[in-house]
Amino acid sequence: MKKLKYERPIINKIQSGMPDKFGMSTRVQTISDVEGIPVVNIIKNYGSPTFVLSEQTIRDTYQEAREAFTTRYPKVQFAWSYKTNYLNAVCKIFHSEGSWAEVVSGFEYDKAIDNGVKGAHIIFNGPDKSDEYLAKSIENDSFIHIDHFDEFYSLIRIAAKSSKKAKVAIRVNMDTGIYPQWDRFGFNYENGDAWNVLNKIMLSKDLELVGLHTHIGTYILTPNAYGVAASKLAELAVRVYRKFNYVISYIDMGGGFASKNTLKGAYLPGKDTCPTFDDYAESITNALINSEIQPENLPTLILETGRALIDDAGYLVGTVLANKRLVSSRRATIIDIGVNLLFTSFWYEHEVYPVKEVSEQTEDTTIYGPLCMNIDVIREVIKFPLLQKGDPVIIPRVGAYNMTQWMQFITLRPNIILIDTSKNIHVIREEETNEVFSRQEKLPEHLS
Amino acid sequence: MKIRNNIAISDSGFVFDSNNGESFTLNKIGLEILQMLKNSRTEEEITQKIVKKYDVDIETFEQNYFDFVGMLRHFNLFENESF
Repeated sequence: MKKLKYERPIINKIQSGMPDKFGMSTRVQTISDVEGIPVVNIIKNYGSPTFVLSEQTIRDTYQEAREAFTTRYPKVQFAWSYKTNYLNAVCKIFHSEGSWAEVVSGFEYDKAIDNGVKGAHIIFNGPDKSDEYLAKSIENDSFIHIDHFDEFYSLIRIAAKSSKKAKVAIRVNMDTGIYPQWDRFGFNYENGDAWNVLNKIMLSKDLELVGLHTHIGTYILTPNAYGVAASKLAELAVRVYRKFNYVISYIDMGGGFASKNTLKGAYLPGKDTCPTFDDYAESITNALINSEIQPENLPTLILETGRALIDDAGYLVGTVLANKRLVSSRRATIIDIGVNLLFTSFWYEHEVYPVKEVSEQTEDTTIYGPLCMNIDVIREVIKFPLLQKGDPVIIPRVGAYNMTQWMQFITLRPNIILIDTSKNIHVIREEETNEVFSRQEKLPEHLS
Repeated sequence: MKIRNNIAISDSGFVFDSNNGESFTLNKIGLEILQMLKNSRTEEEITQKIVKKYDVDIETFEQNYFDFVGMLRHFNLFENESF
C-alpha cells in the first residue's frame, strides 16, 4: 500500500482581535525555478547557497525604465551605478544597453575602464577621489562631480598642470520635503554654498562646468521629491545662464528609486507601495520641462538608477539546515543564507519562499542564517511552511548591493551564476576557496 | 502524559480549552496524534502507526513528535506533569 504524503504535526493558537483588514493571502507560494531553470538543479550543480542573476530581467527592467523617461523627455542618458552591483558581467549588460558608468572610487573607475567604457562616459562621484584619479579623470575627459570645497581646490591645483580643462559638475544637496534630508554629500542649495561654488567654477580658467547633480536619498517612495529636486537644479541652471550666458549640458538626478522589497517597519509590502518608473519620470521630466530653461537649452537628463534596475534580477537559493523551537514556542528555521551574503536583510523584510509545495500549513517562524552570531537573522517573523532539513529555499529580489556589500565573515562567498537570454548558465564569479584568503596573508618569520 | 479531560477536539482539527476559552487548530497529522494521546496511546504506538501510514522515517517523525508534544505542553493541554 502506498504511503500517504507526510507533513509534520503542528498546532497553532487562534489569535482573536488581530484581523487582517487587507485580507492578504495566507496561501504558501513557491518559486520552483528561475527563468525556467529548476532551483534544485541549480543547487545540485552550483552548490548551496548560490546567487542567481537573470540577464533577461536586467534587460527588461532597463528597457522599461528607459522607455518611461525617453517617452517624456528628449535627451536621456542612464549611467550604471557600479556600487550597486559591479560584477563585470552585470556592468557589461548595462553598457551594452547604452548605459554609461557611474563610479565612486578609484577601484570602480578602473573597473569601468577595464569594462571598455570610454573615459568620457564615466561619471565620477563620491567624497573620496585621490589626486591620482582626479588627474586621470581630467586626462580621460570623465565627468567629475565635486563633493566638497577641499576637492574643488585640489581640482584647481591638478587641472592647472594639465593641458585639458577638467569637466566638472557639482553635487547639490537640498530640502525636497522628505526625511531624512541628506546633507553630507555635495553643496547645499538653500544656504547658498551650491551657488557659491558654481560662481567659483565659472570664474576658473581650468574648470569647465558641464552639469548639476543631486542624489536626494535612497529608497525614495515619494516621486514628488524628485520633482522638487529637479526644479531646484533647473533654477540653478537658469541662474548660471542669466549671469554668465552659459548653458549647462546635463542635469543628473542620481539614484534612489525604490525597489519592490519591503523595508523593515513598513505596513504594506513594497510591491504594493513602490512607485513605477513612470511615476518618477513624470515627476522629474515635468519639473524640467516646466522650468524657466529655454527649450533649445534643455539639458540632458542623466539617471544613476541602481537598485530599481537590478534588484528584481537577483535570487539567492539555499537550503534549510535545521529547525528548532525557541523558548517562546516560536519555530526557528536555520538556512545556509546568512547576513554575510544577504546584507540587505538589515533593512529589508526579504521574502523567503519554499521551492517545492510541501504543505498548506504555516507557522510563525524566525529564519536564522548559519553564522554563529546572534545578529544573523534573515526574518524576525514570517509565516513559513513546514520545511524540513535539506529542503531548498529561494529569496528573490537580492540583485542590488548584496554582491558588493557582502562580507567574507566566518565562511566563504558562493558561486554567482548568470542565466543568459537563451537560458544558458554561466558562472560569473567563482566560489571562494581558502586559498583565495591565504594568498593575501603574510606570516611573520617567527610564527611560520 | 495525558490530555486534559476538558480539552474538546473536533473531527476537523479544532481544539477548544474550556478552562480559559482558548482555541487552536491542528493539521491532519496533528489531529491524529492528539486523538491518540487523548486515548492514552504511548509514544511507541503513535510512532508505529504514523510511520506505517505516512511516508516518513522514524528519526524524522520522532524529532517532529517531540516538537509537537512540546507545543502541546506549552499550550498547557496536558494534565499536570511532574518532572
